[in-house]
Amino acid sequence: MVNGLIGKKVGMSQVFDEEGRAIPVTLIQAGPCVVVQVKTNDRDRYEAVQLGLVEKVNPKRITKPLKGHLEKAGAGTVRVLKEFKRSGDEDVQPGQQVTVDIFEGVDKVNVTGKSKGKGFQGVMKRHGFAGGPGGHGSMFHRAPGGIGQCAWPARVFPGKKLPGQMGNKKVSVKGLRVVSIDKENNLLVVKGAVPGSRGSYVFINKG
Amino acid sequence: MDIIKQFEEKMLRTDIPDFKAGDTVQVHVKVKEGNKQRIQVYQGLVISRSNGSNRETFTVRKIAEGVGVERIFPLHSPIIDKIKVLRKGRVRRGKLYYIREKIGKAARIREKRSY
Repeated sequence: MVNGLIGKKVGMSQVFDEEGRAIPVTLIQAGPCVVVQVKTNDRDRYEAVQLGLVEKVNPKRITKPLKGHLEKAGAGTVRVLKEFKRSGDEDVQPGQQVTVDIFEGVDKVNVTGKSKGKGFQGVMKRHGFAGGPGGHGSMFHRAPGGIGQCAWPARVFPGKKLPGQMGNKKVSVKGLRVVSIDKENNLLVVKGAVPGSRGSYVFINKG
Repeated sequence: MDIIKQFEEKMLRTDIPDFKAGDTVQVHVKVKEGNKQRIQVYQGLVISRSNGSNRETFTVRKIAEGVGVERIFPLHSPIIDKIKVLRKGRVRRGKLYYIREKIGKAARIREKRSY
């Protein structure tokens, strides 16, 4: 079967375990997804399954190339497509439904999403620099300070931590424990936080 | 948001009696010692109930050997065996934090009477 699913972050909550400890959890509306394309070794030189998250989309908003792609598979309307690795020799057909069932018996998952955008941020917020003393006429507050040497090497090294865009980029969280799954409502409950805001798309892989 | 509400509603306990700040309660707590389990009783005055849904907690204050002790319990936690309401208090606010500054006679709370 397929090794992952596309989902939507619902939000966070908490549950109690057997010993009465409160566990922070994230609810993910995982699937149902539809197989749009199966990539094979013979044709594509790699094995994968392309999934689409079944959603209500205005048909006018689907481009003609995508429409053709979906019709070929007999899939419904889809907004996001994502390829996942497959495992086992089970036959996967285009148009087949993939639900949260695939996580049954799975202990850990990796979740990938787009983190919340924080805009253009300075080094204190973005990289956790200490900053300068606030008072006593120091005149040095939130600036990065020195960023290198002088005549040699006469340049700033690549990868130097500087101000810039923070967040709004792909982030993966590995090894989140699956707390429970709810097949009826297609809910996946994992321990801990997941990147992105409520309602943002996440990709869940078996860990 | 409705999905979260639905998810949390399933976990709410229905065997919790109705009580609020000012009431005196007896909380029966399950305590695990090794592989044995026993019930510990904690009795005191409820001075606050906060948060909502399955995150709701309540604070119980008592004076133990002359020292004020406050314990915060998650209302829907499985470690709570049962809650007994011993006395209903007549109070005019939701949080009784002022009681921390009072001792002895001043820390009394009038009983609520219903006729």
